[in-house]
Amino acid sequence: MTDLLTPVLSDNWDQDRAWTLASYEAQGGYDALGKALVMPPDDLIAMVKDSGLRGRGGAGFPTGMKWGFIPQGDDKPHYLVVNADEAEPGTCKDIPLMLASPHTLIEGIIISSYAIRANTAFIYIRGEVLHVIRRLHQAVAEAYRAGHLGRDIAGSGFDLDLIVHAGAGAYICGEETALLDSLEGRRGQPRLRPPFPAVAGLYACPTVINNVESIASVPCIVANGSDWFAHMGTEKSKGMTLYSLSGHVELPGQYEAPLGITLRTLLDLGGGVRSGHELKFWTPGGSSTPILTAEHLDVPLDYEAITDAGSMLGTKALQIFDETTCVVRAVLRWTEFYRHESCGKCTPCREGTWWLAQTLQRLEDGQGTESDLEVLVDLCDNILGRSFCALGDGATSPITSSIQFFRDEYLEHITGGGCPFDAEAATLFATAGAHA
Amino acid sequence: MGTELSTQGVAELREIAARYPHAQSALLPMLHLVQSLEGHVTPAGIEVCAQILDLSAAEVSAVATFYTMYKRRPVGDYHVGVCTNTLCAVMGGDTIFERLKEHLDVGNDETTDDGRITLEHIECNAACDYAPVVMVNWEFFDNQTPQSAAQLVDDLRDGATVRSPRGARVGTWREAERVLAGFPDNRANEGPAAGSASLAGLRIARERDWTAPAANGSDSPRAAPGPREAAEQSAYSGNDAIEIEKSDSEMRTGKGNDAS
Repeated sequence: MTDLLTPVLSDNWDQDRAWTLASYEAQGGYDALGKALVMPPDDLIAMVKDSGLRGRGGAGFPTGMKWGFIPQGDDKPHYLVVNADEAEPGTCKDIPLMLASPHTLIEGIIISSYAIRANTAFIYIRGEVLHVIRRLHQAVAEAYRAGHLGRDIAGSGFDLDLIVHAGAGAYICGEETALLDSLEGRRGQPRLRPPFPAVAGLYACPTVINNVESIASVPCIVANGSDWFAHMGTEKSKGMTLYSLSGHVELPGQYEAPLGITLRTLLDLGGGVRSGHELKFWTPGGSSTPILTAEHLDVPLDYEAITDAGSMLGTKALQIFDETTCVVRAVLRWTEFYRHESCGKCTPCREGTWWLAQTLQRLEDGQGTESDLEVLVDLCDNILGRSFCALGDGATSPITSSIQFFRDEYLEHITGGGCPFDAEAATLFATAGAHA
Repeated sequence: MGTELSTQGVAELREIAARYPHAQSALLPMLHLVQSLEGHVTPAGIEVCAQILDLSAAEVSAVATFYTMYKRRPVGDYHVGVCTNTLCAVMGGDTIFERLKEHLDVGNDETTDDGRITLEHIECNAACDYAPVVMVNWEFFDNQTPQSAAQLVDDLRDGATVRSPRGARVGTWREAERVLAGFPDNRANEGPAAGSASLAGLRIARERDWTAPAANGSDSPRAAPGPREAAEQSAYSGNDAIEIEKSDSEMRTGKGNDAS
């Protein structure tokens, strides 16, 4: 029987100066690299395939399969690009991972680059996390000095350069092809596919783009074996992962558990919804995943079960909202975010998100009509599946799901002439006395 | 217009361009350096980037205007960003932002008359387990209240030493932009490995002796290394930059930050 929590990626976060090479190596760090560099690269790809590791950035695509799409024996350079542009509202796992243990990511990058035969790798990290960038800079420098990066790594003949690249504030750059355009020094707008990045990615060369947590999971798979990893989790959602609890919960934070744990169990561990309140709605994986309610507390948090429940596992960003939260206000604010972050490339998203925000504002202000709900649903129908990338699709998720579960609350805003909620009651500091 | 970048500044811009397999990839960090040198993205800075990368000024401007971190007007010594995305807004970010606008007598994306503080509401900064969050020059200030945020900006204006509870001593915005351009300031060792919320699950696992399964044929899985006892104190010790240590409940309710 596997324990409820299985710290692997987060296991060294409480160690003294965990971010340093000395601390990481004292915990067995870079042992997996030594093991990997004497393996044939194709065996490593097979190992990651066998482990069942799926992309932790939201989409859940099998990581080993992605690596297998890279053509081998071509004459082009290959690239590994780590997507560290963590910006999906609610998502807060990659930033603490890189702050506490940047070497976990770097070791994963070296092994992964060796597997796909890339000699240059990039960490594309959002610019708004200064201290995390400092830690990455230092860790990369340490890794070069130790001979883990650079020429002929550990006598293997394998060369790798790693560049830490700070973005400049654009949610859309978390979309992998927009990230590539941004990394090429352009506006971050998504590209038409095909060709897929595995064939023509960075500089039109074969490129793997993986999330931080996905790449950071590679060393433990190499160290302990694919069976060890696959033994955790559910049949199709294997391994352990970082779940992020936030909002109206007593102990928000990072909880590393096998895939398939339920929100009920996580809330139990996290001290429950804040004292004296009850769960109203939550997101399983960021604002782009349809909201769920208390009736979904026992749905396993894995890719299949959450999809069957009508949402998506996404980034496992569990944002918890209690009964003091106005769902219209919450959805309006997310919608304003999508409007701000729409890159402007395609019409449904660029124009649609503006109309969505205006209509929601009218409803929140008590100036809406019942037909505005139909307008919202109709707009969402015209954005979902018709946008150039997933940003537009994601913008519709909170709207359609909140109307599905909380239609009456929208109607109350209309009949009552405005928002019936006291925003102050939802704040952290409103309940200061409750924690005494 | 009219001003020119220093010779050293131009040399550093060229140095950034040389780091990449294709020079144009350097444009984002180069614009960060322009902001560090100039205080915002200036026409002269755009012109130099264009020359170095063999682009037109219009092409560089197109990039500079796409990303929200690039500013076309001078930024104060301290950029204060209040997260008002849904979760932080609900947890108190909206109230904090209103309070700071009033306290500083500025609107969104405006700078105080003394040139010290630029206030902006920002989108999700990936610290939701510490909501509501305020960023100062892109350093985290967790679990804020209106009072603690007002005290924070007062301290910044007064020139007091201000440290991020999960980062370093706060420098100027221009100094931060230089790090983002890829010129380290050698302060990575300040601050803890992780804040309290980051360790929430790990603490429970330690208490209950929960670990990942052992690897087959191995008696010490990578997942379950070394001494547990070190866990007790190390995450918050051995660091020279921890200024505030509070119990969980104080952190969460913000009581410890209350100036009133």
